[in-house]
Amino acid sequence: MSTLSLALRDSSTMLRRNLLHARRYPSLTLNLLLTPIMLLLLFVYVFGDTMSAGIGGGTPDRSAYIAYLVPGLLLMTIGSTTIGTAVSVSNDMSEGIIARFRTMAIHRGSVIVGHVVGSVLQSVVSVVLVGAVAVAIGFRSTGATPLEWLAALALLVLFATALTWIAVGMGLVSPNAEAASNNATPLILLPLLSSAFVPLDAMPDWFRPVAEYQPFTPAIETLRGLLLGTPIGVNGWIATAWCVGLTVLGYLWATAKFNSTSRF
Amino acid sequence: MPSSVMPTPRKHDGHASPAAVSAVGLRKSFGDKTVLDGIDLYIPAGSVFALLGPNGAGKTTAVKILSTLVTADGGQAQVAGHDLATEPQAVRAAIGVTGQFSAVDGLITGEENMLLMADLHHLSRSEGRRVTAELLARFDLTDAAGKPASTYSGGMKRRLDIAMTLVGRPRIIFLDEPTTGLDPRSRHTMWQIIRELVTTGVTVLLTTQYLDEADELADRIAVLDNGTIAAEGTAEELKRLIPGGHVRLRFTDPAAYRDAATALPTATGDDDALTLHIPNDGSQHALRALLDRLDTAAVHADELTVHTPDLDDVFFALTGNDTRVPHQPTEALR
Repeated sequence: MSTLSLALRDSSTMLRRNLLHARRYPSLTLNLLLTPIMLLLLFVYVFGDTMSAGIGGGTPDRSAYIAYLVPGLLLMTIGSTTIGTAVSVSNDMSEGIIARFRTMAIHRGSVIVGHVVGSVLQSVVSVVLVGAVAVAIGFRSTGATPLEWLAALALLVLFATALTWIAVGMGLVSPNAEAASNNATPLILLPLLSSAFVPLDAMPDWFRPVAEYQPFTPAIETLRGLLLGTPIGVNGWIATAWCVGLTVLGYLWATAKFNSTSRF
Repeated sequence: MPSSVMPTPRKHDGHASPAAVSAVGLRKSFGDKTVLDGIDLYIPAGSVFALLGPNGAGKTTAVKILSTLVTADGGQAQVAGHDLATEPQAVRAAIGVTGQFSAVDGLITGEENMLLMADLHHLSRSEGRRVTAELLARFDLTDAAGKPASTYSGGMKRRLDIAMTLVGRPRIIFLDEPTTGLDPRSRHTMWQIIRELVTTGVTVLLTTQYLDEADELADRIAVLDNGTIAAEGTAEELKRLIPGGHVRLRFTDPAAYRDAATALPTATGDDDALTLHIPNDGSQHALRALLDRLDTAAVHADELTVHTPDLDDVFFALTGNDTRVPHQPTEALR
């Protein structure tokens, strides 16, 4: 069997194993979904009038605020899902079965690739579920073309891939599930410090650069532009650069950690 | 089977059968601590080899090195004819490992664990199902096949662990403390499983801290202590390394004790405890000779015990941890 077909076959076996875990124990994934859904409902129904009045120059418009909020929350959903990735990778590494995999003539990277692909699929499912809630409470895209929908999906998958590789690295360096959960907390805190809830120009001057150049803001602005027709500008390129950069970094970090034998 | 009829190939030159595992000068340190300090191993194909040693002797590290989990700092080793350092993937294809801690996926069922192994060994779907069903039945796990492995008892987990190891039909199996933590019944079941493995021609390297286990299962035993091999040989050869057996006579009557001491010039005595130690190999002939002398002298011992050296004696003598009472009797004849 060639290296490539071995890699594909073993990775898909590992993917099936991870999906089986997720299906058998959905509570972790579902728990992580609660945060973005709660925030969505909280900001729309509790803070909605005030927030939209503040953003819209005095006139409360809750439906406009739903539209503003949803792109950020979809990306936050990805951040939240990948916390679960860090936890499950950390849990998995403490299991004897990983040592068994290392003594088998299988493709080395397949264990990690299985986790990454499984987690990206879970992110997509989570985004669809949060998106369904958003549509149910009144979110509508404004005239997005099929190509723009496709680009939006591509962005979400790319972003999920980037955060997942970082989360896998975090899971690998964490000695236990609690540590993994703590280490991965920035993945859900960063969206709070982005343009997800309020526009950048509503932020204090000294803080704006931090919010503007962190990975979430350009991705949120790009998604907003694709779904709602707001200007994207250079944000598309910045978002892509972040995604590719984080993916490469996370890949190198995670594979180096997984291949190092110091855990044994 | 008595170990005397087992093939016992000689070491190093004139190998009777090809080596399944051979290692020269394996070293490993973790930080300042030297765990393996240059060990040599030669394990003929089709035999059972036991690495015997106390906790921390380096047994698990040796298995981890030979099963490609960690790399040695020095020395070289070949497993199934492949060099560990240059062809780890070929080594992995030939071995099966059951570690000290259960290497099963607790979140999925026993059957799913087996099918996972079948997939990773690239068996076809039907072949995978056949092998799974066969091994689950062989290890008495068919009833539990649909339950998550995390709900299994210790013995069941260990059986599933071995069953998973066997899916790939390994030629060499490493068993790291296969019976540690098992209850006596599960322990005997595990011994039976290991004996059956050997009849199929596989080579087994097992580590254990139990002397009876090594004695029971292994063709050859290496006593590992502080990262070096203190002794190696068959159980019989190891037992010969330490002074032979003796008979202990205990008396309650000081007069009888003195009479016996006079009648048996080779005896060493303990005047306070009124016991005599007489060198004796415990054979029928030697025992009869001793009893005849006692009869001739008309002395009556209150208790007679025969002590033949066992691996415990070897172990404690070699590993320098002899803190127990010497000459513990193993059989009592009253």
